[in-house]
Amino acid sequence: MSFDIDEQFSEMNKGEVLLAYKGSITAQLITNVLGVVETKLDHVIDKSITKKKIYNVLVESLQNLYHHVDDLPGDFNSGLDIHFGIFVVSKNNEQYEIQTGNFIRNDKIKSLKERLDKIKSLSKDELKELYKFVLNNQKFSDKGGGGLGLIDIARRTDGNVDYQFKDYNPDFSFFTLNIKI
Amino acid sequence: MESISIEGTPKTPAVNFNAETGVIEIKGRSIPENSIEFYRPLVEWLEEYSGNPQKLTTVNIQLEYFNTSSSKCILDVFKKLEAIKKARNEVIINWYYEEDDEDMLEAGEDYESIIRIPFKMIEVVD
Repeated sequence: MSFDIDEQFSEMNKGEVLLAYKGSITAQLITNVLGVVETKLDHVIDKSITKKKIYNVLVESLQNLYHHVDDLPGDFNSGLDIHFGIFVVSKNNEQYEIQTGNFIRNDKIKSLKERLDKIKSLSKDELKELYKFVLNNQKFSDKGGGGLGLIDIARRTDGNVDYQFKDYNPDFSFFTLNIKI
Repeated sequence: MESISIEGTPKTPAVNFNAETGVIEIKGRSIPENSIEFYRPLVEWLEEYSGNPQKLTTVNIQLEYFNTSSSKCILDVFKKLEAIKKARNEVIINWYYEEDDEDMLEAGEDYESIIRIPFKMIEVVD
């Protein structure tokens, strides 16, 4: 069975969808999306702290996505699909869910998987220590926060982060991150 | 020395650095995709200010949101302030957080434990 991006997208569109997007991920798009989601959250959530938590995790997950959409399989690396990624913000059983999806080179899967498994296994205090260690010791690239984003998301959601890798072709897989708040 | 005065945007904070009064303020949201560009002039300003600082430097940080891309840059700002304090000047850091915002309070505590200046944690009730 081969991977189909449209199938993947509709699979992610479950529950009460606040916003779903499939296409080019740019800084301007993220600015617009944050504005739209913030306005929607203002209408549906009274508690300022819950709203802030969702907004924070949304910022990190979308910016994380933004930093990982430049390397695409040949058939996606053209025209409208440049910087291709997908994301869905939804509500399921009283929980908010943020899902992101992007292509990843197969040779990068192992280290990402190890990092995610490690982050998922840590306690709240261990995550705090790891966050501080990376913040204070790791040199950041111009691109992003040196892996701080995933740690931050795990801290804010008590490790409620799941992931999947689906085979796409010999060089690429599709990576989805599923965060519950 | 020139002051820095930058208005806030949906992704970057309002900044007021005043060498005459020694008051340094960052307020609002700091969530740009690439924070280094935004913070570089601020860190450079502090570098120059540290050559001839006021006896008392008062720092007010009141952030509603900041992303991990900003967090390293904010640490760079604090490290400059730490150097000013180390050179025997007084530095007061006020860290403001919204009522019940435990995450923002904890973020302040994280910074406080990395740099050697005590923070004054101020809960903002509206």
